[in-house]
Amino acid sequence: MDRGQLIETMQEILGPEGVIHKHEELRTYECDGLMNYRVIPDLVVLPESAEQVQQIVKTCYDEGLPFVARGSGTGLSGGALPVESGVLIVLTRMRRILEVDIPNGRVVVEPGVINVWVSQEVAGEGYYYAPDPASQVVSSIGGNLAENSGGVHCLKYGFTTNHVMGAEVVLPDGSVVHIGGGKSPDAPGYELLGAFVGSEGTLGIATKITLRILRQPEAVRTLLAAFKDTEEAGGAVSGIIGGGILPAAIEMMDALTIQAVEKQVSPGFPEAGAILIVELDGPEAEVANQFEQVKKVCEDNNASEIRVAEDDEERALFWKGRKAAFGAMGSISNDYYVQDGVVPRTELGATLKKIAELSEEYGLRVANVFHAGDGNLHPLVLYDNDTPGEAEKAEELAAEIVFACLEHGGSLTGEHGIGRDKMKYMPQMFTAEDMDVMQLLRCAFDPHRICNPGKIFPTPRLCGERPGPFHMHPVQKAGLAENF
Amino acid sequence: MQTRNLPTEELHNIVGAQNVREASADDAIEGVEPSLVVEPGTIGETSEVMKLASHEGLAVSTRGGGTKMGLGNPPRQVDLILSTLRMDEIIEHVPGDQIVRTQAGVKLEVLQESLAGSDQLLGIDPPEEGATVGGIVAANASGPRRLRYGTVRDLIIGIKVVLADGTVAKAGGKVVKNVAGYDLSKLFTGSLGTLGVIAEANFRLHPIRESARTVFVEVDDHGQIPEVAQAFTHSSFSQFVLDALEMRWENGRGVIAALFEGIEPAVEAQSSAATELLRSYGEVNVLTRDEGDEFWDSFARRPWATGDVALKIGAPPADLTAVLDSVLGAAERAGVEARLSGHAGTGVTFAGLSGGDDGLVDVVEEVREIRVRRGGSVVVQEAPLSIKARLDVWGPTGDYLGLTRRVKEKFDPGYTMNPGRFLGGI
Repeated sequence: MDRGQLIETMQEILGPEGVIHKHEELRTYECDGLMNYRVIPDLVVLPESAEQVQQIVKTCYDEGLPFVARGSGTGLSGGALPVESGVLIVLTRMRRILEVDIPNGRVVVEPGVINVWVSQEVAGEGYYYAPDPASQVVSSIGGNLAENSGGVHCLKYGFTTNHVMGAEVVLPDGSVVHIGGGKSPDAPGYELLGAFVGSEGTLGIATKITLRILRQPEAVRTLLAAFKDTEEAGGAVSGIIGGGILPAAIEMMDALTIQAVEKQVSPGFPEAGAILIVELDGPEAEVANQFEQVKKVCEDNNASEIRVAEDDEERALFWKGRKAAFGAMGSISNDYYVQDGVVPRTELGATLKKIAELSEEYGLRVANVFHAGDGNLHPLVLYDNDTPGEAEKAEELAAEIVFACLEHGGSLTGEHGIGRDKMKYMPQMFTAEDMDVMQLLRCAFDPHRICNPGKIFPTPRLCGERPGPFHMHPVQKAGLAENF
Repeated sequence: MQTRNLPTEELHNIVGAQNVREASADDAIEGVEPSLVVEPGTIGETSEVMKLASHEGLAVSTRGGGTKMGLGNPPRQVDLILSTLRMDEIIEHVPGDQIVRTQAGVKLEVLQESLAGSDQLLGIDPPEEGATVGGIVAANASGPRRLRYGTVRDLIIGIKVVLADGTVAKAGGKVVKNVAGYDLSKLFTGSLGTLGVIAEANFRLHPIRESARTVFVEVDDHGQIPEVAQAFTHSSFSQFVLDALEMRWENGRGVIAALFEGIEPAVEAQSSAATELLRSYGEVNVLTRDEGDEFWDSFARRPWATGDVALKIGAPPADLTAVLDSVLGAAERAGVEARLSGHAGTGVTFAGLSGGDDGLVDVVEEVREIRVRRGGSVVVQEAPLSIKARLDVWGPTGDYLGLTRRVKEKFDPGYTMNPGRFLGGI
């Protein structure tokens, strides 16, 4: 099938408005939220139903064409980066909330539904959807599922994977499976849903997603505490968690971040070396009691100022400052690189010290904003693209930071994913055997490697069938891939 | 009996002669007798044993505490039992990070006791005594506290496995938040030893709460149980206040019990509110932590005895009325005695059935037909072999069986691991 025939076939499935094939229009989709990688896809298709997704994927499978699924395109690891000569399947027209089932605490949605719509839909009944990535007003549930998105409240409530209970999935061969029990718990068999969530779009496309919703907490209290430096703020974090308290969120910002946020959105944060935002939620009696404990821990760690949000408006202002942190870097630097790494909470202090040393060594500023409760760091490396060599230096520094996270027992990524961006670092965290075994799963779902290829794993593996006589694939013979 | 030649000497060389013994009748899995029981002490030894077994075409069943040997179909073949009991080291517990790394053969009781020294717990509490960490992951076992903490899939953060061909691989890590690579820890959850040997598992931990209160009420109409469950689920006792909401029904009487854990003022306030809610159903009993521990030891037990047909029913929580009606109705019509228990807050119900074979098969088929139509499942947990011969223990698996089989065949192409016991005869 040549390109013209492919366009025609897709138009038959989707109608003329559902297919984008003109070069200048295709450029809109050349990257996701990570803009330093750009690839113009051969074709963009915009299905409106699961049946259309199935037909598109079946066509790709029959033609051996690679495809990539994309939601709102807010991902920060290049997970939705198109493949050259491939089809980009954009799911933004699948935006129906299909069912709200309050008695069972479930909502069924299409993948293009925006994260925050789910909570809006059930707020009147006293419920909400817990995962709240900073992008929640634009990012889609399908994208959240692919990336296993976190958010500021996942310390207490868990990640997307803990809230997705079932999915209808179009597999890379165009067949459809329903995995996870949906409304019924403990479906027999392998935990295929748990393996699918967070697979960064490499195992198939979810077309219907069953989410768990939670009762809104009886009480919410939020405070902001200012400290001399990140070390003292870190001491307070350890004190809170060590005291057996599980806050809904603990976020930290360092001096540079505070300065940028203040410039950008003026939340009126105190001048300080570090700020913590701590939020507690739950039954009134528990929240009231533990809130006093949190205040005391902050005082014991020499907090210079403690502000308590008196109402929802003030709470919203605290969070506005925090959630604006990435974007605010634009007010103090021409360019910046967003890093995402994880360390065990007890290694936070040592890791921050290492980041400061690296920053000095490279002569580039690093702003730190992070989910302190779960050790998920977001160092922002500031640089100037107009200064020759500085972009490369920034990327190198960002890599050194994430290697430091690994040295301290952590992970390459806590919520942004490996995607295209970090696959070259995977061997720092996993052995060749680890990655081979992970790719066995890939081979079971996508033996022809047409579903979002070129992501997560640095060395693509062919899915040779065993047992049987061994034939070396031409690609393998050429040393381009390893078979197993 | 096995007729094949066993590589006993090679096994001696790998794990030491004292860690290889001939299997006895007690080692049989659903009537299928293995030849040898092998107990490796390290991952390296486990890998060597698996390499040898694959090479020799031997079938291997992994065993921890042996509490779930009745789950699944009778295996097609078992030559070796690979016991994980010597791999019983708690590798790393970092209280400040609230994580633990353990070897598979650690018994849950031993782990919990050790964690309690730092006022922490692993939020997994299946009632079977002597279960190991590896076995709990492989069987996806859970208990009352799943209402608050979730199940294995929600708490496991890393895994190390040994595949049939001896390959050792890990996934995840020792931080709670981590999206690097595929989450194989979840894939292996509930895999019943058919994908590989689980050698190590890492978990997220939680603090032990300072105070606890159990509130329960007796009812004589099983229709009241779902009513109470729905009232609790949709009250202000959200899942992070209420640790467990459990039911039992036998001999025409039932009990519904709630466990609250937290700081004293919160527990006091919530249990008072719960008492108010329950008062209209009968006399409300309130137990302190110590009294509660004793109560839960017996209350959380599965409602069956050896020789019963044991069912685990998965249904939408709001379908609890229909579940109870269908089991009790079908049992009455078939002249079968039914005892029930369950996680009333999360939609898992257990049934212990005793009676004649024909009646038992009728009850399982009738209840299963309804549940499967509603997207749920009825899995036989234990049953006499005469019943297993007449029933598919796993039930219909929907449209994911083909995918399940492809996963199996990638991880274990030779069907070395626990062949036949899993769904679809995998």
